[in-house]
Amino acid sequence: MKIVKIIILVLLVAFVGIQFVPTERNQSDIVPVTDFMLVNTVSKDIKNKLQVSCYDCHSNNTQYPWYNKIQPVSWILEGHIKDGKEELNFNEWDLLSSRRKASKLRSIIKQIESSEMPLSSYTLIHKDAKFSDREKKELIEWITQLKDSL
Amino acid sequence: MKNLKIGIAAMLLLVVSFTNAQEKEKMDHSKMKMDKMQDAKAEAVLADYFMVKDALVGDNTKKAAQMGTKLVASLKAFDSSSYTKEQQEELADIIEDATEQAEHIAKNAIDHQREHFKTLSKDITDMVAITGIKNTLYQQFCPMYDRGSAWLSTSNEVRNPYYGSKMLKCGKVQKEINN
Repeated sequence: MKIVKIIILVLLVAFVGIQFVPTERNQSDIVPVTDFMLVNTVSKDIKNKLQVSCYDCHSNNTQYPWYNKIQPVSWILEGHIKDGKEELNFNEWDLLSSRRKASKLRSIIKQIESSEMPLSSYTLIHKDAKFSDREKKELIEWITQLKDSL
Repeated sequence: MKNLKIGIAAMLLLVVSFTNAQEKEKMDHSKMKMDKMQDAKAEAVLADYFMVKDALVGDNTKKAAQMGTKLVASLKAFDSSSYTKEQQEELADIIEDATEQAEHIAKNAIDHQREHFKTLSKDITDMVAITGIKNTLYQQFCPMYDRGSAWLSTSNEVRNPYYGSKMLKCGKVQKEINN
């Protein structure tokens, strides 16, 4: 029994301890002129969809959930956002060449088609981020058009 | 007096044109050397691309990933300094894009690898259009994969990297590329 108590105590101390580890926060009020929504003509529906389903990890501004300041959640979120922005940052869209844009759009289509994005761990909490079959179809159609117009 | 002046002028002209010619020769020489070296680097990229392709033809994810990593390295080693400014810009763009595709091939499952191989094939095709090639290549085409997808091969026999053993010989030769 004693050993259980010690383990619990150690875990508790560790949990409290990691709360003091700082994490970088992904927040910005500025939407740069290179933003995907600004350089493309995007319908209100699609704009809203992209914002809710993609921008948290693929832009410079995350709408954090309430529990985001609790470790180790912060770490996990930080990792996802870092990876996400490395792959694709919608805020910096227009910095890409036409070739790079076409590749990115092709990948976006594939990711949506195969339901790999948005991540299931994300849609688990953000129910509204999930695409219905109809939304998927509409999005893919529109992105394909955009790609072909490049 | 007048003759002397003309003589000096003529000598000067001769000296100038001579040094200029020498300069030019030097430049031509260095450029030729560079071109050859670069061709070798473009060929290295091409060789790794074909290794990726062959791995995908053989449905071999692991090998494709390894060759993807190799391709990332040979793309990095590519040096475009002997090309014109315009070509350099386009090559930089191509290399950046191809590198991303190769990186994805290096760390994903086969469906993903094939997806990125499609984009990679376009990049490499555009690259050889600028750098030229040593041996004849064949651009092949599979109408079924992702609304039609092309790839490059050293042989005119079709071996489909998008489907592998599922549809090994499905596709056609679209174009023969000679440098």
